[in-house]
Amino acid sequence: MTVNAVETQMKKLIFALGLIGLSAAAFAQKSSTDSIAEYRQMLQDGNPADLFEAKGEDLWKQKRGPKNASLEKCDLGKGAGVFKGAWVELPRYFSDTGRVQDLESRLVTCMQELQGFNAEEIAKTPFGRGEQSNVTALATWISAESKGMKFNLSQSHIEERKMYEVGKRLFFLRGGSHDFSCATCHSQDDKRIRLQDLPNLTQNPGAGAGFGAWPAYRVSNGQMWGAQLRLNDCYRQQRFPYPLFGSDATIALGVYMGVNGKGGEAIAPAIKR
Amino acid sequence: MNRKYQITISAIAVALLTACAAPMPSGADLDKLTQDILGRSFRDQGQAKLDRLSPDEDNRLCDESERTGVALDDKLTAQIEARNMKTIKAPADGKYLGDFKEGEKVAQSGAGKTWTDKADSVNGGNCYNCHRISKEELSYGTLGPSLYNYGKIRGVTNPSSAEAKPIVEYTWGKLQNARAYNACSNMPRFAHKGILTEAQIKNVMALLLDPASPVNK
Repeated sequence: MTVNAVETQMKKLIFALGLIGLSAAAFAQKSSTDSIAEYRQMLQDGNPADLFEAKGEDLWKQKRGPKNASLEKCDLGKGAGVFKGAWVELPRYFSDTGRVQDLESRLVTCMQELQGFNAEEIAKTPFGRGEQSNVTALATWISAESKGMKFNLSQSHIEERKMYEVGKRLFFLRGGSHDFSCATCHSQDDKRIRLQDLPNLTQNPGAGAGFGAWPAYRVSNGQMWGAQLRLNDCYRQQRFPYPLFGSDATIALGVYMGVNGKGGEAIAPAIKR
Repeated sequence: MNRKYQITISAIAVALLTACAAPMPSGADLDKLTQDILGRSFRDQGQAKLDRLSPDEDNRLCDESERTGVALDDKLTAQIEARNMKTIKAPADGKYLGDFKEGEKVAQSGAGKTWTDKADSVNGGNCYNCHRISKEELSYGTLGPSLYNYGKIRGVTNPSSAEAKPIVEYTWGKLQNARAYNACSNMPRFAHKGILTEAQIKNVMALLLDPASPVNK
């Protein structure tokens, strides 16, 4: 997308936000799904995620880091440099790291191996800052390159099957001060918190549409969130301790939800409340 | 057969066995792997410390039942409920109801206990996140049953009367520790886990049971 096209989209967005501001009361009384559908319509085909997408594509091609290299040889699971369709097959097992990895943790591996960045330092960086914001932009662009494709995570490697089983256990694990698990809110159809609809992440269509929406642009705070930050904030609201970026728990949950979403259509980067 | 050829064949066989036929670990091994992964995937942040992941037998039993879809047997259900029933304490001054207006504030607030909340901040009850309560509040969740007209439906006209006593005590217990009545309820254990104070629970009691509360209009 050209810079001009991005600017046009932003103008549409600012106009749409103004309209929503004027009708805030009406907004609060509709179901969030209806309101967001309306918001999307006002934006027509625009989504502020486009800006992050454009940034991500540049970051992929740009020579950066101590090794002054691009990410164009990064293997996201379909061979070095292949980005089309990579996202709908992640998380998956990577033999070079001996780990099941999701898109964001895999991008950090490539940033370390190809560009010479320190993976541990990136993992410790707060979301939205420094190289973490670059990881989000890269993930936004990579996910967009799978738009319209169907989720098809591999379960052929034993580590992938183990991670599915661990993810399922973690999904149903109650903890924190409130005894909340992921399943407390996300294991039934047609439920909501306040007015927010809750996807059932144990099966389709909820799993594909819910988990498969991230990275997404969040209207409520004007931020672009990757799947890692989405899970991080779920755990915050569950009153759990802080999940480490790219930790096996977050990846196992990604495998569980991604496999449950098999066949669902990839809509990321989406636009969310 | 030439020896070199034999070695190659064996190596291929071993590789194939490892790749294709590695056995899936048992359920118990997967439980252990989950605990290992849990142990290395989190850190303390603010008031949300790692001890919040400490094993809890009530939760372990409910998690497994929900994950496998196999209902808990009667004996285990009774054990969980009995353990939780023991945590319920009657109000120190014998008064069960506070101020319904304050109760509405507790019901509205979803604050507290996250790593972004200050440890000494006032916690909310998150009630509207899951329940319809007053008629006026349209932004309510549907994970729990509607509590609109809670006291009225149950015929409570005078909460301090003898007739109202069973429902008053049950509601008190439910707010203190819901799992004394429903082993795997999704409702937080507000008193047992130190989420709400006794005074806050009294105010929520009034919201639900006071005939003057908007809930019972």
